[in-house]
Amino acid sequence: MPFIPHTEADIEAMLAAIGVARIDDLFQEIPERLRSGKLAHVPPALNEMEVGRLMQERAAQDGLYLTFIGAGAYEHHIPAAVWEIATRGEFYSAYTPYQAEASQGTLQLLYEYQTMMASLTGMDVSNASLYEGASGLAEAVLMAVRAHKKARRVLMPRTVHPLYRRVVHAIVKNQNIELVEAGYSGSEGHTVRASLDHFARDDLAALVIPQPNFFGVLEDVDELTDWAHAHDLLAIALVNPTSLGLLKPPGEWGARGADIAVGEGQPLGAPLSSGGPYFGFLACKEPFVRQMPGRVVGRTVDVDGKPGFTLTLQAREQHIRRSKATSNICTNQGLVVTAAAIYLSLLGPEGLERVARTCHANTNALIARLTSVNGVRRAFDRPVFHEAVLKLDAPVRKTLRALEADGILGGFDLTEHYPELGEALLVCATETRTAEDIERYGRQLERVLGQGAPSRARTV
Amino acid sequence: MSTTPANLKYTKSHEWIRRESDGTLTVGITDHAQELMGDLVYVELPEAGRRVTAGKECAVVESVKAASDVYAPVSGEIAAVNTALADSPETINKDAYGDGWMFKIRPADPAEFDALLDAGAYDAQVASEKH
Repeated sequence: MPFIPHTEADIEAMLAAIGVARIDDLFQEIPERLRSGKLAHVPPALNEMEVGRLMQERAAQDGLYLTFIGAGAYEHHIPAAVWEIATRGEFYSAYTPYQAEASQGTLQLLYEYQTMMASLTGMDVSNASLYEGASGLAEAVLMAVRAHKKARRVLMPRTVHPLYRRVVHAIVKNQNIELVEAGYSGSEGHTVRASLDHFARDDLAALVIPQPNFFGVLEDVDELTDWAHAHDLLAIALVNPTSLGLLKPPGEWGARGADIAVGEGQPLGAPLSSGGPYFGFLACKEPFVRQMPGRVVGRTVDVDGKPGFTLTLQAREQHIRRSKATSNICTNQGLVVTAAAIYLSLLGPEGLERVARTCHANTNALIARLTSVNGVRRAFDRPVFHEAVLKLDAPVRKTLRALEADGILGGFDLTEHYPELGEALLVCATETRTAEDIERYGRQLERVLGQGAPSRARTV
Repeated sequence: MSTTPANLKYTKSHEWIRRESDGTLTVGITDHAQELMGDLVYVELPEAGRRVTAGKECAVVESVKAASDVYAPVSGEIAAVNTALADSPETINKDAYGDGWMFKIRPADPAEFDALLDAGAYDAQVASEKH
């Protein structure tokens, strides 16, 4: 059954009313050579049972592993209530409401979400979310260039997630915005403020400051923020939301605080699920609010003085500003944001801090256990949040493959994106990793590197 | 009954322009424009010293229901901006031809001013837009 309500008679009546013979005639102004014609590569339709089967098989490909990979997506415990509530019929839509004010419940939830994110980041205003972290960073860069007005170059440290850097480049390159790469300390894995000074004469609009950075390492965020402001740059904080349960919020970095805070929201209640859907968050200081992309929900009172919620500052959005809108983002990741708001409500500031502390402690325990193995050492001598770079004397790729055969995803292979580090591996232990998990990884790594018991039997 | 001041010049895009004794040109949006926009909530002004080109956008006015570009009526350099509008954009609604001025341009070619619309021509243009 087609889900199109118009009958042939309806269509003919409508065509007759506007004096057009065939539907194709409506597209006459598009030259023949620009029309795609039939969709040649779309496979035959599947029925519901077949789609269900296909999805099950795809999901099974992820396997059931003990995972020590972070690198932008993190396995956290999600209280059962989160998705039980998020998938209630009242909330179960991934899309922004078109008749927004008719959906007071959804607007209130987004308003609460914005309040939580503004509080978590120490910023004045949060939007109702973006698609995910990497494109969120691109939006932050575009926003900074608009706000700066004079410069179109942005300083992007090499310690920023390599895939984020590629996504940002893909989005901004055709807008004449140039990303300038800043290197990092080979011994400590962080962006060194003094090394930025030689960029200062360049026409720069903003500095991206990742915290923690892609190596898990904590950057000197106060110094970097003050450096940016001293050289008339905006400071864009790229932050992990879980870490903010413990670390200083971007709004308090340096003397004036960062101007924009952005990041990946997945750690707040979204399962890994093969890489998505996730959501991006973006918050800023008040002077930049009109340059902020996405929707913003505000609280107000109606004619009778009763409190209500509304979409606000819409004049900067695409349905009003057209091609000069702040971005083409009108929607958000409503369902995942719903889960995030419930997750944060259930945990509270204290719960989030406990999660962050446990992640940090587990990662330190993981580092201690793995570096006790011969031929494994830390790459950088600096504090980390919940990830760290390890250097191996053996090839990383082969080591990871052997661990995977034993049911362990041992970390993210850095050799492709950071060849200068040699055989390097990024490992992570969230609050979901137990002491037994860490010990199991340690023993398997010893075995893989030829130091442990020769038996192939599982030790746990 | 038109209230369009006869001592000002105008553009088709609804800016008004007044020649000052020091040769600069003061620019704002017309009373008709502010009425179309409704309650203004935000004004984005150019920076003093910026070079602007006749017919190119150089400022933005935003109301609760719309955002609109404001165009430079002549080419030249921004000599001053009305910074008071940042905190009280509604001044444009209340006094479009007075305290609601937006910026002053030092024109590159003073003759450009003379080519702008007079009040009568502007009123005719507004009247034609209504049909």
